[in-house]
Amino acid sequence: MAETVLELRGLSKAFGALKATDNVSLTLKKGEIHALIGPNGAGKSTLMRLVSGKLTPDAGEVWLGGAEITGLSVARRARAGLGRSFQVSSLIPDYSALRNVMLALQARQGHSYRFLMPVMRDRALRESARAILERVGLGPRASVEAAVLSHGERRLLEIAVALALAPRCFLLDEPMAGLGSEGTARLVSFLRELKQEAPILLIEHDMDAVFQLADRISVLVYGRIIASGSTAEIRADPQVRAVYLGEETTA
Amino acid sequence: MDNARKEWLLNTAIALALFAVPLWALLADEPFIITTATRIAILAIAAVGLNIALGLGGMVSFGHALYLGIGGYVAGIAAHHAFSGTTVLGLPGTNQMLPIWAIAMILSGTIAGIVGALSIRTSGIFFIMITLAFAQMGFFFTLSWPAYGGEDGLPIFVRNQFPGLNTARPWEFFLLSYGVLLAALAIFAMLRAARFGAALMAIRQNPDRAAAVGISPFGIKLVAFILSGMITGLAGAMMADLTRFVSPAMMAWTMSGELIVIIILGGVGRLFGPVAGAAILVCFEVLFGGLTEHWKLWLGLVLLAVVLFARGGLIGLLAGRAQHG
Amino acid sequence: MSLALVLEQLLNGVQFGLMLFLMSAGLTLVFGVMGLINLAHGSLYMIGAFLCAAIAAATGNFFIGLMAGIAAAAAAGALIEILVIRRLYARDHLDQVLATFALILILSEGVRMIFGPFPLYLTVPSVLRGTVNLGIVDYSLYRLALIGFGIAVALGLWALIAKTRLGIRIRAGESDREMIAALGVNIRVLYTVVFALGAALAGLAGALVGAIQSVQVGMGEPVLILAFVVIVIGGIGSIKGAMVGALLVGVIDTMGRFLLPRLFATIFDASAAAGTGAALASMLIYLLMALVLIFRPKGLFPAHG
Repeated sequence: MAETVLELRGLSKAFGALKATDNVSLTLKKGEIHALIGPNGAGKSTLMRLVSGKLTPDAGEVWLGGAEITGLSVARRARAGLGRSFQVSSLIPDYSALRNVMLALQARQGHSYRFLMPVMRDRALRESARAILERVGLGPRASVEAAVLSHGERRLLEIAVALALAPRCFLLDEPMAGLGSEGTARLVSFLRELKQEAPILLIEHDMDAVFQLADRISVLVYGRIIASGSTAEIRADPQVRAVYLGEETTA
Repeated sequence: MDNARKEWLLNTAIALALFAVPLWALLADEPFIITTATRIAILAIAAVGLNIALGLGGMVSFGHALYLGIGGYVAGIAAHHAFSGTTVLGLPGTNQMLPIWAIAMILSGTIAGIVGALSIRTSGIFFIMITLAFAQMGFFFTLSWPAYGGEDGLPIFVRNQFPGLNTARPWEFFLLSYGVLLAALAIFAMLRAARFGAALMAIRQNPDRAAAVGISPFGIKLVAFILSGMITGLAGAMMADLTRFVSPAMMAWTMSGELIVIIILGGVGRLFGPVAGAAILVCFEVLFGGLTEHWKLWLGLVLLAVVLFARGGLIGLLAGRAQHG
Repeated sequence: MSLALVLEQLLNGVQFGLMLFLMSAGLTLVFGVMGLINLAHGSLYMIGAFLCAAIAAATGNFFIGLMAGIAAAAAAGALIEILVIRRLYARDHLDQVLATFALILILSEGVRMIFGPFPLYLTVPSVLRGTVNLGIVDYSLYRLALIGFGIAVALGLWALIAKTRLGIRIRAGESDREMIAALGVNIRVLYTVVFALGAALAGLAGALVGAIQSVQVGMGEPVLILAFVVIVIGGIGSIKGAMVGALLVGVIDTMGRFLLPRLFATIFDASAAAGTGAALASMLIYLLMALVLIFRPKGLFPAHG
């Protein structure tokens, strides 16, 4: 059995009376893509924030690589090896694609308190950033400001920034959103390679992509995981079918 | 010609003009012009300090007069005790600028560290108001503290000394101020280009993204705020020596406003923005102040026009948008 | 230090607090509804005081002057909202601070050009002169009237916001700008009305306080800063918060200045101690504000949950 990289244990979070996350446990193992699906409002974004550290859970724990990270800030979790991409592209708008990736590289090295050497003259940093951009196919657009890139290019830059962190696991929040069929197809084959480097916890709306990619799927409804298993198991699960056919189940 | 080259040429022209005009004034025996240029240089140093917090870090400090005042009072108090031969906290006074500057920077940096630590977690109007509140505390403290003049302020009878210069001569004091300004600009440029600046500007634009790649916004912003306060504090010590007087007015909220105005007039986050802004403000006062007693009305109209219609300030107007590579 | 003196200072503090409330109410409404930081609010206070003093001197009637002061401040408020302020709603706080800082320069110099560089004097109307006996203390009738008047205006404002159509729209504007547009309310007009209302309250405060202080250029800014302290303590956008904050600031500032120097003098028994007490007293409300922001970063009564 493959080694567990990321583990959520009994995570819960309520906003007033609303239980946005209700006793969620799941694991992400080396070499796999674990997809998290669920209808709108199921609590996927809240769960993502709990994992990334933007929100603190009311109960439960988050473990990464055998160490508990529940109490750590967003930045410390990122340094511990959590590479996340945002659902709505969230980049440094005035920075070129290259500088966006360089920023992630500099953060990964943990050296942001350097006051003397100009960062653009750091050849090693620049070359590694360029190599990452080439890998996602953004090489020719390296010097374009993030704000000027097209939507699809920004999605790719999100991935490039996560790659630059060389994380223990990826946390990808709807990476296919708005990509179109060709872009999605390319990203699907890219992610299939990427999971060998580090496992991916994937939140995705595009069901075709999810069933092509995922090794395991968990289904979130009203903040709870109602089913978890292989793609075949999930396809066959009567509860899941009910949810996706629009019939509510209260089991 | 690309924008970066245009900005470089413009910066060079501003730097040369700020040197050439007082040089001409020296030859033409116009000490008032030399003193005016010195004032521009020192105000620019103060604004370079603020530009680190405001321009690079996006922290709208409405209380930077506090650090200006701290620097000013360090110079004033040191000179006061040196003059009277008394001690303060067991230490003798001094009329040497170098130790005065060191103390001014350490003290303003310390206070900036405290203010920053308490205020950086807030944002928007709350950050503006909490920085203002701390500056107001300083203002009212100096106003009602009788030992060093209270609201009458504290005179510096003889300008403090700098090794190798006769600071009483306007030209030599100008050279000193100009040199410090160039050093402050070099520090600003260095910080901006370094990894620290990359992290700081990234936090300004998108703090969530910066945190998600592993950069903690709080620490970076706090260090920037401290450096910012230190440079403005240094300017305060020099300002006190220029006017040979310190008073609570140096810490007034209008002074904090003036420092922001300087940066906006020149161009936010631009290397020479503070220099251009200080030159505009001081020249406006000297030129229009001679023509009409209501020059502030015209200053208000110009400022309003810049905010509403020319958001890049003078540098933005002449050199186009900033480029970050 | 007699009980009568303490009571008198306490009443002074309440009176000061109520005047601060008149200033703060407009400031907090404008921030709550339009999201705007208006540094020029103090200038409207000054305009109210100047017009009141000038018209009262010309007509010999304080109350006609008062009406003129309120009207002038409201008109000036509406005018600058239409000419300048409405271009700032979509801008960031830095632009708002600077543009309204520019307005202070323009309005202060404008008033100086019209009324000259010297302070004007506004005298307390004859019916409100003298003192009243409140049992243990003889208290200024005018200041007592200010307390009553301040409470009346506060109640009126509460009724306006809680009970009228305008109030419903203002509250809707605070919680959801898009919704009131969907309801067909003309937002531009609503914003101008809210701004003019805040201006009228500031003008009223300026005119009322003008009679116990001198009316001069620059009189608005110290009050403006205190009003900001008030709304930050109270919670920006909250009228209730402005009331609580204003009374806190008014009473703590007045009592601090009265008690601390005396307290220090009795403990340390030196003239320097009185100076220390005075220095500390003048910093008290800023300390209070810093403490509130550190422990309740959105103020005592956060308006938006």
